[in-house]
Amino acid sequence: MAEPLLHLSGVHTHIGPYHILHGVDFAAPAGQLTMLLGRNGAGKTTTLRTIMGLWQASSGTIRFDGNDITKNGTPDIACAGIGYVPESMGIFAGLTVRENIVLAARSGPVDSARLDWMLGLFPALRRFWNLPAGNLSGGQKQMLAIARAIAEPRRLLLIDEPTKGLAPVMVRSMIEAFKALKEAGETILLVEQNFHAASVLGDTVIVMDDGRVVHSGIMSELVADKNLQRRLLGLSLDTHQ
Amino acid sequence: MTGTTVEPSAPSEPLPRTRTDWLPLLLVPALALLALPLVGSGSTWATLTVAGLAMGMMIFLMASGLTLVFGLMDIINFGHGVFISLGAYASLLVLGPLAGWAQSDSVWLNLALLLFCILAAMGVTGTVGAVFERIIVRPVYGSHLKQILVTMGGLIVAEQAIHAIWGASPIPIPLPATLRGALIIGDVVMERYRLVAVGIGLVVFVGMQLLLNRTRIGLLIRAGVENPEMVEALGYRIRRLFVSVFVAGSALAGLGGVMWAFYRQTLTAGMGMEVMVLVFIVIIIGGLGSVGGCFVGSVLVALVANYVGFIEPKLALISNILVMALVLIWRPQGLFPVARR
Repeated sequence: MAEPLLHLSGVHTHIGPYHILHGVDFAAPAGQLTMLLGRNGAGKTTTLRTIMGLWQASSGTIRFDGNDITKNGTPDIACAGIGYVPESMGIFAGLTVRENIVLAARSGPVDSARLDWMLGLFPALRRFWNLPAGNLSGGQKQMLAIARAIAEPRRLLLIDEPTKGLAPVMVRSMIEAFKALKEAGETILLVEQNFHAASVLGDTVIVMDDGRVVHSGIMSELVADKNLQRRLLGLSLDTHQ
Repeated sequence: MTGTTVEPSAPSEPLPRTRTDWLPLLLVPALALLALPLVGSGSTWATLTVAGLAMGMMIFLMASGLTLVFGLMDIINFGHGVFISLGAYASLLVLGPLAGWAQSDSVWLNLALLLFCILAAMGVTGTVGAVFERIIVRPVYGSHLKQILVTMGGLIVAEQAIHAIWGASPIPIPLPATLRGALIIGDVVMERYRLVAVGIGLVVFVGMQLLLNRTRIGLLIRAGVENPEMVEALGYRIRRLFVSVFVAGSALAGLGGVMWAFYRQTLTAGMGMEVMVLVFIVIIIGGLGSVGGCFVGSVLVALVANYVGFIEPKLALISNILVMALVLIWRPQGLFPVARR
């Protein structure tokens, strides 16, 4: 397995009086797509938000490329090279598609080759380039959210349920886009409820339940083991399809 | 735009254009045209319209900072009025040493005096704004009730501080010599100072629009109004932006305060608080956080007040509330709603 770019060790997170993460341990290898699976309420979104510093870990350590980022503020974590696409997508609806991209490129204008690569992944965005992002459909907003995360080179992408609520045709487009991102060597930690999408895309997999990691390993092994799927996720890939 | 020259290579089909929301903008000329037959005399109508525009600009100057603070920081700053008063009083720092300029027959010296008063006011209110944000506002981010209580408290303390420094009696501040009186064109009477106010209001409005729409900092402010958490997740320090906007908002209130003070030609510590009802009305009409909406709302409210005051004086007092009610029935989030998180 490749060297871990991100390493969580005994991470606990409290939100108000609620104890959400109970000692989360896992590693995301560099250059791979790691799937983070689990039922609703398992703590997947909290894990991503804790890595981003949007919620502070109450104990444990988060190391990114060997550096402890547990207590860092969100802007510092982003500047360290972590891109984040929240479940709500977080696009700026009043800004145009172009302005959303411009804002994401902190270091200056996006070079044209990268822009063409991004718009090649998400061609629909080109049509709406100068329109307010609020006018886009749900799938197009998701494309914009991901395009924004890759507007400049990032070392790690955290993406929260990108296929949620999308039409099947849009899910297929999204899967193709992630395949292209993988081929480009991006390191991705992807939260996903769609097990079919997860099985197609994932190199490694982490399964969470009740705020804990209950399984981690190679995605292909989980895909091949129906009993393990049923035990961890409550269904098998066959039933999901 | 700095760093925003990004354009994709030519698309295979024409890009759709952004649709501009013209309806709220058409309200102002529609209102003016509607008032013309009701007022009766064309010259009276023109006089009322110019006076209304000037009043609208002054309200805009006082309100524009608050709408940004409200929209970006989600802060209900009832203390905004004190920056209006403080700005007005800060002009005394200039009017004392440069009293001779006010009596000069040179229009340039008079305008320079006004400019120095504005700069002094913006400097003082911007600095006090930074302290106000740090000590009073920052501990109550996220709690509207506490914000109302603590900023009201700040307002009362600051008003008393003004009394302690400059005294409780009203202080007269006469207009510079060449800004007094009116230009008379035909039967239309236009007060010189009001024309200056229209000019300054337009300059500030255009400046703010350029800043918000043509610069990266403007882009950040607009994005921060919608979703501050996501702005941070993109690597920007929203707290710094918050403080900068609060300081700018306070400085704009100071600018509005100077213009308002010369219009009234009297300084009182409560002059900012007195105008706060109007300020809140225009930022609600415009849509919280929208500078364009604040501008249109200010002009609308001022024109309606002028026309109604002439046509049916008994209704003048409630005309602002009536305008707000009608706008909110039509557009519950204001004329130009800003997308919210």
